[in-house]
Amino acid sequence: MRVLMFGWEFPPHIAGGLGTACKGIVEGLAHNGVETLFVMPSASGDEDQSCTRIINASDVPVVDIEDTVEEFIERIKVIKVDSNLQPYYDPEEFDSVLEQARKHRDTDYRLRFGKKFKFSGKYGANLMEEVARYAQVAGTIALENKDGFDVIHAHDWLTYLAGIAAKQVTGKPLVVHVHATSFDRGSDDMIDSRVYAIEKSGMEQADAVVTVSDLTRNIVINKYGIDPSKVFTVHNAVDFSGRENLEVERGVEDKIVTFLGRITFQKGPEYFIEAAAKVLKRTSNVRFVMAGSGDMMTRAIKQVARLGISDRFHFTGFLRGQEVQKMFALSDVYIMPSVSEPFGISPLEAMRSNVPSIISHQSGAAEVLKYALKIDFWDVDALADDIYALIQYPALARFATAQGFDEVNELKWNGATAKLKKVYESVVNK
Amino acid sequence: MKKSICLYFQVHQPTRLRLYRFFDIGKDSHYFDDFANRTILKRIVQKCYLPMNELLLQAIKEHNGEFKVAFSISGSALEQLDRYAPEVIDSFRRLAETGCVEFMCETYYHSLASLGSAQEFRHQVLKHKAAIEHYIGVTPTTFRNTELIYSDSIGAQVYDLGFKTMLTEGAKHILGWRSPDYVYSNDLKPEQKVLLRNSGLSDDIAFRFSDRGWNEWPLTAGKYLDWLKSSDGDIVNLFMDYETFGEHQGQECGIFDFMRALPGAVLADGGFEFVTPSAAAAKHESAGDISVPHPISWADEERDLTAWLGNELQQDAYNKLYGLEEKLSILNNEALWNDYGHLQESDHLYYMCTKFFSDGEIHKRFNPYDTPYEAFINYMNVLSDFIIRVNNALAEK
Repeated sequence: MRVLMFGWEFPPHIAGGLGTACKGIVEGLAHNGVETLFVMPSASGDEDQSCTRIINASDVPVVDIEDTVEEFIERIKVIKVDSNLQPYYDPEEFDSVLEQARKHRDTDYRLRFGKKFKFSGKYGANLMEEVARYAQVAGTIALENKDGFDVIHAHDWLTYLAGIAAKQVTGKPLVVHVHATSFDRGSDDMIDSRVYAIEKSGMEQADAVVTVSDLTRNIVINKYGIDPSKVFTVHNAVDFSGRENLEVERGVEDKIVTFLGRITFQKGPEYFIEAAAKVLKRTSNVRFVMAGSGDMMTRAIKQVARLGISDRFHFTGFLRGQEVQKMFALSDVYIMPSVSEPFGISPLEAMRSNVPSIISHQSGAAEVLKYALKIDFWDVDALADDIYALIQYPALARFATAQGFDEVNELKWNGATAKLKKVYESVVNK
Repeated sequence: MKKSICLYFQVHQPTRLRLYRFFDIGKDSHYFDDFANRTILKRIVQKCYLPMNELLLQAIKEHNGEFKVAFSISGSALEQLDRYAPEVIDSFRRLAETGCVEFMCETYYHSLASLGSAQEFRHQVLKHKAAIEHYIGVTPTTFRNTELIYSDSIGAQVYDLGFKTMLTEGAKHILGWRSPDYVYSNDLKPEQKVLLRNSGLSDDIAFRFSDRGWNEWPLTAGKYLDWLKSSDGDIVNLFMDYETFGEHQGQECGIFDFMRALPGAVLADGGFEFVTPSAAAAKHESAGDISVPHPISWADEERDLTAWLGNELQQDAYNKLYGLEEKLSILNNEALWNDYGHLQESDHLYYMCTKFFSDGEIHKRFNPYDTPYEAFINYMNVLSDFIIRVNNALAEK
């Protein structure tokens, strides 16, 4: 089995979790005897190619190919480039990305046949245009490698058009992989209709849709109207190989309860704050940390002040690289009270760092983590009770820590990709 | 000599805890979910206790006293029946009056006191004995411990409390090549007879009866009689939860029809007689001592204590609970003793069991909590409040 895979990023240069997941997937597939050809818009050349060959779309000239592609591109041209598009970013980060993009902006985007398109491969200002150009180039790549793959695999909406183009020019089956949907990025009445249109079209034209959780599978079926018989859940895994947990010296005696992630509506920061206030009414040996940034940060700070717990509730701002590890090492309890989370890899990271975790039932991770404590995001009393229990009852913390550590170490990509291989086989042999 | 059939049914209802958040600690000391306890009990009374008691009474009359059974009713169940369904106690009394029904003794609170504290164990056994005398009007002479927990030394303690017969599980790992279908005696106190449950034939009724995937489904009295006949021993001990009838195995699966037909079919065969546990002990010689150095029970595949004390959460809760005994013994406070007893019910620990997969099904069926974590947290919150009350009471003294 050979796969032509369309991604948007690949380690070491990553902005979101998608690149890390893609690396895990190609490595897992290699373990399962599946070859991949990984296409990304802008490769730097220092990607780890031990398990896959990487094709840099920026190196591929656009050629005049079959009519179908021409028509297809005509169709996607009507999607207007919008500078406010945000695929995963929170606004603060987005602004800095935008600034970068403006500085390096190519002066001329008009494309002539035979010319190469220089992709940024970022989530920048001209994202929609990049998505469309990527699809054009994808057709070329698919045709050039026509004999080198059996199935096409596209990750998230950014690459769906590329996947569709490759399918149209080669007739090979398409699998789209849903890591997140528009509904996880905004509330129902605030979704970006252009992104939604691309997502829906990708899922409809795909021979199989892979979702990262049953939660996401239900969204795909109910909100995109996709036939349930072609939607398969393959839960995410995580690669901890070669990772050592940090030893960090603590400055305070108090227990530390941590929220780490974007401070946005979907992550449920206000529930964390409410629960913190309830716990602080009864105990004094605990501090709360909200690590990250996002459009609800100011509101969160105000909420903390209003509740009068600012002396025990701390904001760190956005954490980078090692700082994240350090934060885990300092934590006694990790909280992910997400309102909507397709999967949510952070509790796995926390549990790997020996931090017991409380997560919401509204996250995909809740489907695989038996040893995390689980609550409904809105049930602030239950959340407070779990936090209190993990602080006050050492047996519970010890048990959840030890069992959780073993559990997350078992969530390997080799197992997840074996399922993925079955999905490939089902569409290839159809 | 005719082969003996010994039927014993366990009646127990836990005193379930209410959702008790940490902000209740030190503020509200009512721990129990009276609504759930009443609702569940009333349902079981209608589905099982009343119709099954009536069925047994009719069977005893119909067979002129040849049909015999035994019961053990926990003190916690008696309290709930007294409060919410006293007619059931009357109906048990009528069964006792036939002389064909033995009522056994156990720990009042269906607790693990036999493991936790010799003194507390003795207290609860005597409390239960008194309760059976009070409610049922008979004095129990046979002992069955919570979940059939037994070891040589527990048997010996029970013997010293005056019980010459005790029931336990016919666990394969203690029996080895031997059959559970004989009467054995305690390794330390050879005068004490030990009756062992035949798990296969008991579970055919208690667990498999309504299972349509079972290759023996449907089970009829005739087929069951054939199985009884194929056992080579002196006695077949069929021990099960009373809630099997009408609750775990619903009325619609025909369990009542089966139990109506069984006594007649067994007696008509001519090779069997029904006996109560004390009669079985008197009738049969011991086939030998049975050595049980480590406690066994009737639970799960392992037949050990891991359903209650298998993980760190359960052990912590258990140790904290029994660690209070000394403080309580100084206090003569009835309300505290009452709560202390109910907090000892083994069910609370059972809910914290993390053996999710192998025996997950059965654990789930009896568990009001979604996860063992919830069970532990709720219990520890309650226990935290209880500890505060004990310490306050000591400070006042």
